[in-house]
Amino acid sequence: MYMFITLKQKSGKLMEIPKSFLGYKRENGRAGTRNHVIILPVDDISNACAEAVANNIKGTIALPHSYGRLQFGADLELHFRTMIGTGSNPNVAAVIVIGIEPKWTKRIVDGIAKTGKPVEGFHIERTGDIGTVMKASKKAQEFVMWASEKQREECPISDLWISVKCGESDTTSGLASNPTVGNLMDKLEPLGVHLCFGETSELTGAEKVCATRGATKEASDKFMKTWSAYNDFILKEATDDLSESQPTAGNIAGGLTTIEEKAFGNFQKIGDCKFIDVLEPAEEPKKGKGLYFMDTSSAAAECVTLQAAAGFNIHLFPTGQGNIVGNPIEPVVKLTANPLTVKSMGEHIDCDVSKILSREMNLSEAGDKLIETTIRVANGRLTCAEALGHKEFVMTKLYRSA
Amino acid sequence: MATDIIIHDKKDNVGVVVIEKITPKQDCKCWIMEDDSSTDIQSMDEIPLGHKIAMTDLKEGDTILKYGHDIGKVVKSIKKGEHVHVHNVKTKKW
Repeated sequence: MYMFITLKQKSGKLMEIPKSFLGYKRENGRAGTRNHVIILPVDDISNACAEAVANNIKGTIALPHSYGRLQFGADLELHFRTMIGTGSNPNVAAVIVIGIEPKWTKRIVDGIAKTGKPVEGFHIERTGDIGTVMKASKKAQEFVMWASEKQREECPISDLWISVKCGESDTTSGLASNPTVGNLMDKLEPLGVHLCFGETSELTGAEKVCATRGATKEASDKFMKTWSAYNDFILKEATDDLSESQPTAGNIAGGLTTIEEKAFGNFQKIGDCKFIDVLEPAEEPKKGKGLYFMDTSSAAAECVTLQAAAGFNIHLFPTGQGNIVGNPIEPVVKLTANPLTVKSMGEHIDCDVSKILSREMNLSEAGDKLIETTIRVANGRLTCAEALGHKEFVMTKLYRSA
Repeated sequence: MATDIIIHDKKDNVGVVVIEKITPKQDCKCWIMEDDSSTDIQSMDEIPLGHKIAMTDLKEGDTILKYGHDIGKVVKSIKKGEHVHVHNVKTKKW
């Protein structure tokens, strides 16, 4: 079924990387690794209605969240970008949008409709929850039955848009699981995939080294500007030395001592790749294949939600002490090199690379293992987080509402 | 081939314990990733998996090097073989 690309590795050993995966082809030319029909609330007070529809119509999923009222300026723009981007993600076949009033609901519907996928909006004012649930449920049933006939087709590997973010890191992350992701990036970047890393604050200490990895001076300058703005914000709001937040208590238990140490470990995820552009939170990449840096929070669910909203269709998540995060639309593949984490919470780990530490596995072998896991998940194998029901959808809010 | 401690870079003055724990006076085998070389060290403390050991004596104000880079400053002197963590090292940021 698969065609293979053969790469000559440094060791001289030949490795075969699948040239394609089985995905869902979308109207706008993108490909999905999943086929979700989502019920998307515009605002916090529409969650109940969205969840009622998802309860009525099997095979749909509601994405409740906490915001969407009285936001303004850049914060409101980010809200719309995240909503529209989530609906537009190729892992989503069709979308029901439900808001309290028609105007913002329509703005989101119109944004998603540009992809060509089925989308319909409903607003609650002048109808009430019960009437809206009935109308939206009828449309959701139509959408989910339509989507259920979609078949996976062979898609080129370049249709993979891979985002990365690490969590509950420890020193094994920097030694092994993050470099494993870096090895995957080094092998897949030449094949034309889109790649994305973020976590602006968790590059603190390694920011100057990271800036040198911009593919152009423009990209490097944009990175330093973005990092500095985030760092200024943290310093302005900080009331103590941040020792309880960065590194986290979990990081410290795992042996990470300072933010700088965490940052250099984090940075291992991009291998030898250079980033071609710096994205705003949830901004869709526009410069074609290659690695992008996105300005994100370092909190796992916030970061993955933003990357999914930018269109990334599969996520790689190295962990040390065992972060268990998932996402409702973008499958999150977990890997760890910490043998205690594998032993104590193995149900969360999709790819065990702990043999790197005992030197029974080298980095290139680990990278191959992760590529194999990634392709299997892209083809439809459930991730641990999906099987365990992790659907953390967390909007980033920039400041207080008006 | 068994490795107790991994060191990222030749320049580093700390290594990371990669077995469940090392105990005081244990003779440990260290592997330096950068050039695939080996060295030995005797531990002074019990140090758990993932935590760092000092590869040399360090005094207050010294810089800790890991990945070949500055990851913080020594705030309480550390002897070769001792546990290196938040009790004797602090960030230079924040």
